[in-house]
Amino acid sequence: MKRTVPLVIAIVAGFVLLIANFIPFAEGWGLTAQEWFNILAVGAMVLGGGNLVKLHLMKVSGQRKGWGYSLVTIVCFFGTIIIGMSKMGVHPNTLYPDYAWSGYYLESGSGLWWIYQHMIVPLTSMMFAMLAFYVATAAFRAFRAKNTEATLLLVTAGIVLLGRTYAGVWLFDGWLPESMLWLRFDNLTVWIMEIPNTAGTRAITIGIALGVVATSLRILLGVDRSYLGQD
Amino acid sequence: MRIRNILAVVVAMSMTCFAAAQSPSPAPSLVPEPPTDLIVADTPDDAGNSVEVHWNLSESDVFNTLLSDTQEVNPQQIVATYTVERKVTDGNGNEVSDEDASWRKVSEIGAGESQWTDRSVNLGWSYDYRVCAVDNQGDKSTWCNASGSVTPVMQMFNMSKAWLAIWMLLFGAFIAYFINCARSGKKLWVRKIAGLEAIDEAVGRATEMGRPILFVAGIQDINEIQTLAGLTVLSRVAKTAAEYGAQIEVPTCRSLVMAAARETVEAAYLAAGAPDSYQPDRIHYLTDEQFAFVAGVTGYMVREEPAACIYMGGFYAESLILAETGNHIGAIQVAGTAMPSQLPFFVASCDYTLIGEEFFAASAYLSGDPLQIGSLKGQDYGKFLSVLVLIIGIFFATTISMTESDESDGFGAGALNYIQNNILGNEGFGSFGGGDTDIEGDDS
Repeated sequence: MKRTVPLVIAIVAGFVLLIANFIPFAEGWGLTAQEWFNILAVGAMVLGGGNLVKLHLMKVSGQRKGWGYSLVTIVCFFGTIIIGMSKMGVHPNTLYPDYAWSGYYLESGSGLWWIYQHMIVPLTSMMFAMLAFYVATAAFRAFRAKNTEATLLLVTAGIVLLGRTYAGVWLFDGWLPESMLWLRFDNLTVWIMEIPNTAGTRAITIGIALGVVATSLRILLGVDRSYLGQD
Repeated sequence: MRIRNILAVVVAMSMTCFAAAQSPSPAPSLVPEPPTDLIVADTPDDAGNSVEVHWNLSESDVFNTLLSDTQEVNPQQIVATYTVERKVTDGNGNEVSDEDASWRKVSEIGAGESQWTDRSVNLGWSYDYRVCAVDNQGDKSTWCNASGSVTPVMQMFNMSKAWLAIWMLLFGAFIAYFINCARSGKKLWVRKIAGLEAIDEAVGRATEMGRPILFVAGIQDINEIQTLAGLTVLSRVAKTAAEYGAQIEVPTCRSLVMAAARETVEAAYLAAGAPDSYQPDRIHYLTDEQFAFVAGVTGYMVREEPAACIYMGGFYAESLILAETGNHIGAIQVAGTAMPSQLPFFVASCDYTLIGEEFFAASAYLSGDPLQIGSLKGQDYGKFLSVLVLIIGIFFATTISMTESDESDGFGAGALNYIQNNILGNEGFGSFGGGDTDIEGDDS
C-alpha cells in the first residue's frame, strides 16, 4: 500500500498531464500541477531543515570528527532564521507604518539583506571562482596527447583557444595569402564550433530526448519502479 | 448724423477685419495616417480564450518597412502607439454590460508592432475590433475597423502538435512491442555500457578499501526526470553496496529528493537481505543553494575520502568542482548526466561517463529486467526513425544547395520545408510546399 498509492498517483498524474499537452482545454493543468509541487516542496523544506539540524546536533553532542564545523552550521542556521523571521532592521511599510513587521524582509540594509549580500554572495562567488583552477587542472589532464584521439582533441582545443583571442588573427597577419584566410585560427574556430561541435551536440541532444521519452514511458507504464524503492 | 453713424460702423468693421487678419489662425490638425487592413481571427488550437488582431502599420509609423527612402514622415505625425478598442456584439446568451457593449480601449501597443493577442475574451462571445494610430501629441488617426466580428471557438485537439502526437504514438508502440517481445521470452541484445559495468567495480573497490561510496543525484528536484533516473541508478548501487557490505553516503540538494532517496536505499537494503545495515542518516539534506551544496559535498570528500564517487543526475557548473575534487582524492568516479554543457567536464575528470541516453538507459540496463530491456530496444528503434528523418532532410538540403535551385520552389524545397516546419516544427499537418526554406537551419 505504501508504494502502490504513490505509484498509482504517478501513473495517473503522468498520463493526465501527457494527454493534457495535446488538448487546449487542459493545457493549464501542467501549471496547476507545478503549483501543487511547489507547495509540497515548501512543506518538505521543514523535513530537510529538521534533518540538517538533527545530524549536526548529533555530531556536536558526540564530539565526532569535525564537530566544530557542525557547531558553526547550527549557529548560522538558527541565527539566519531568527534574523529573517524577526525582520531585523526592516522598516515598516509606508502603507502600514503602525505595523513593525509590515516591511519587505529583504529590504536594503536589513539584517537578512546584509547576510545575503555580505556572506552568501561572496562565499558563492568564491566557490564559483574556484572553477577557473579546476578547468586548468582538468584541461591539463584531458589534453595530454596519449593517443590519436587525445592528440586530435589537443590540436582542436589549441585552435579554439587561440581563435578566441587576438592571437588567432595576429599570428597570421601579413603573410597569409588572401585565398588561405580560412586557415586563420579565428575562422577555423567558427567552423569548428558551427559544424562538428553543433553536429555532436545535436546528436547528444537527440539521444537525450529519446532517453527522456523512454524513461518517462517506463515510469508511466509502471515498468520501472525502482525510484519508489521497488524492483 | 446718419452719415456719421454709417462711417463709424464701416470703420469699426474694417478694424475688426484687420485685427482678425493680424491674429494667428489655428493650424490645421495634423493627425497620423491610420493603420490599414485590420484582420481579427480566432487563435487556432486554443481553448477559445484568445483572439489574434493584426493590422498593417500606419504610413506615419517610422518602423513601417514599406515606406520608401524618400518618403518622410512629418515629425508631428509620427506614431507613438496604436490603440485597440473592442466591443461585444453577442454575449452568447449571457448578459453583456453597457461598458462591454460599447467601444472601450483594451490595449495600447507600441509603434512598429502590428499584432496583438487579446486573452481577455470569453468563449462563444462575438467581438468587434478597431484600431487607430496615436502620435506623441495624443492626436488620434481615424479608426480602422475590422471587416467583421470574431467569435472565439475551442478546439478539442491541438493540431499544431499533431506530428508530435504521431511521433509519441510511434515511439510508444515500439516500446510496447519490444516489452511484449521480452514478456514472451524473446532474448534481446543490448550493447555493453562500460560506465555501468564499472559501477560494480567501483563498489567492490570501496568495499575492499573499507571506505564509503559517495552518490550524488544531481542538484535538481524530484520533479525532474534526471533526478528520477539518478534515483533508479542509486537503487542498484545501494543494492550492490548492501550485498558487498559497503557504506553509501547520499547528500542531497533538495528535501524531497532526500525523502525519495531514503525510500530507495531502504528498499535496496531490504532486497539485498541486509535491512539492519541501512543507515538513514547517511542519506541527508545539505542545502538548496548550489555552491553551498558543492562546498558541503567536497568538504565531505576531502575529509572522508570515499573510494568511489558516483554522480547521476542533473548538474550545472558544480560538476567540474565535484569531479575534480574526486579526482584529487583518487576515487574511482562514474558520472551520468543529460546536461550537454557539463558532459565535457565529466569526461575530462571521471573514469567513466554515461553520455545522454546511456544515463537514461542505466536503470534498465542494470536491472537486467527483460521488460525494461525491451523498452531500451524500443528506444533504439525510435532513434533509427529519427535518424531516417534526419538523413532525408540532409539529402534534400544538400541537393538544393548543390543544384543552386530556387530555394522556395520545387519538390525538394517543399519537402525540406515540410520536414522542418511540420514534422519537426509546430505547424501541424499544414500544407505541403508552403512557407520559406531555411537551408542554413541555424534557427531550428
